[in-house]
Amino acid sequence: MALLELTDLRKSFASPDGTILTVIDIPRFQLDARQQIALFGPSGTGKTTFLHLIAGILGADAGRITVAGKPMTGVSEAHRDRARAAHIGYIFQTFNLLQGFTARENVQLGMAFGGQTDHHRADELLRRVGLGHRLDYFPRQLSTGQQQRVAVARALANHPQLVLADEPTGNLDSATSREVLQLIREACRESNAALLLVSHDAAILGSFGETESLADLNQASRATASPAP
Amino acid sequence: MTLLLLVRRSLRQHALSAVVTALTVALAVGLLMSVWMVKRQAHDTFTGQAGGWDAVLGARGSKLQLVLNAIFHLEASPGNVAWDDYLTISSNRAVAAALPLAIGDNYRGFRLVGTLTNLPAVAEFGRNQHLDVENGGRWFEDGYREAVIGSFAARKLALHLGDEFHPYHGLNFDPKNEHQEKYVVVGIAKPSNTPMDRVIWIPLAGLQNMSGHDPSTVSDVSAVLIKLRSPIVGQQLDVLYNRQGNRLTFAWPIAREVAFLFDRFGWFDRVLSLIAWLVAVVASGSILASIYNSMSARRRELAILRALGARRQTVFSAIVTEAAAVAVLGLLPGYAFYFAIVGTAAAIIRAQTGVVLDAMAWDPVLVWAPLALVGLSALAGVIPAIKAYRVDVAGGLAPES
Repeated sequence: MALLELTDLRKSFASPDGTILTVIDIPRFQLDARQQIALFGPSGTGKTTFLHLIAGILGADAGRITVAGKPMTGVSEAHRDRARAAHIGYIFQTFNLLQGFTARENVQLGMAFGGQTDHHRADELLRRVGLGHRLDYFPRQLSTGQQQRVAVARALANHPQLVLADEPTGNLDSATSREVLQLIREACRESNAALLLVSHDAAILGSFGETESLADLNQASRATASPAP
Repeated sequence: MTLLLLVRRSLRQHALSAVVTALTVALAVGLLMSVWMVKRQAHDTFTGQAGGWDAVLGARGSKLQLVLNAIFHLEASPGNVAWDDYLTISSNRAVAAALPLAIGDNYRGFRLVGTLTNLPAVAEFGRNQHLDVENGGRWFEDGYREAVIGSFAARKLALHLGDEFHPYHGLNFDPKNEHQEKYVVVGIAKPSNTPMDRVIWIPLAGLQNMSGHDPSTVSDVSAVLIKLRSPIVGQQLDVLYNRQGNRLTFAWPIAREVAFLFDRFGWFDRVLSLIAWLVAVVASGSILASIYNSMSARRRELAILRALGARRQTVFSAIVTEAAAVAVLGLLPGYAFYFAIVGTAAAIIRAQTGVVLDAMAWDPVLVWAPLALVGLSALAGVIPAIKAYRVDVAGGLAPES
């Protein structure tokens, strides 16, 4: 059974002029446990929305998503929150670290909502991403590469089975991008977590064995806006 | 644990506004407790300051004025009581003790009260505690120009054993009205924490015969303090003097007369309480405003927490807890405000009346007022918490342009 499985997923938004814009229309997608796949596509093709739907941050209009056998559609928001905290790690393009918290606390918060906070594991993860000497640093005291490393440690904090990475190298220079990308892949592999990464930069995806164009998956890319009822 | 960490860090991030708001809470809680305590303690202390006396007999007039004059050594006497009237009531079988007081002179604003030498034996404060003098001193003797100074008056006037002074005519100090008589201090009374601490005691005849006093009233007294053998006879004497007679006033029971005074000024208590509650509401409002105004800046932070799996209820609770925590921060300085306000009020009240309020005394208000403020603040946090509850996670996570 696939770790991530989705069928007939649809998501639309109302645009400011009142038209309904379908952003996601994916008939089928799946990801196996420990599999790593990169989806690429230009900006505005629904990459972030796709990940938000999988993570349960957004509710789908139609279709079905299951992560580790747990439904992420047709369930309450609280249920999705619990499932996200328990099974999914999320890495953002802009790191989204909490500025008032140290590196260690940011990682601990990654565990807090899914179960018990394990201080030892938080430190261990930060050491794994090369920040053992920056445990009590605040994000503003870290370089952008280091901040993204904290975000990687946080994403893995709660032993997720699936890590979603949204343009994780978008704010990094090319050398750091390669390092961070390699780190994300290795860390996921060591943690036995599957990785679904989306990026607009096809160049950095070279290291991935499996890459796919979101446009090929997403039929909404070819659809036109329909007027609002 | 996570909730506390979130709250602690948020307070640190918004330290300035948190401190300013906490100080507003401190002022509110300090005011609330002070108003309540001063009101309650003043009421209890004043109504319990009868000095062991049950009633006051005086000239026809206001009972309250009589009590204020004879017990609290405030106000002027409504008139005189003839010596025969004193003898009559003191020989009444229902009366356990009667002590005449002559009032009308002062020394630098502190009243001279002429009375009998059995004053320390019959005047009580607290439970069976009698007035006493400090080591080395003694009580005055009849026929001598001797004085015993109340502890507070002695301190304020810097009078010591063996010092001599000339009294001044009238209850208010006027340097032009100095009497010729010279009195010597033979005793300093030990503190009683009652209005008696502000009094200069001299022999009754000394005050009655002071130069310049009206010779026709030389044997009169200002009031007679009375101890009854039984409370029931108070009713009988009340009827005798107040209803059947028309020359004298029998103020009984003393505590009721003082309670009337407090009732008369009840509106003042209510205004003070209203002000204190208004400050409490303003404090809660400022908590609401400061957190609410920070919500836009915290939108991303809240979205991140939600993305990490925090439920809506969790962020809601975090904001409400933060609002309550600001109030909790204000509690310690609130108690400091309280001690400062009550201490100042107690010092003023003691200086004016001799009555001592105890700022350290226990009262449930010291618990319920802070709890009420914390509750009110938590309530104020509900509005920004609703905003946090409704935060758009996907929108909040979007990269800032």
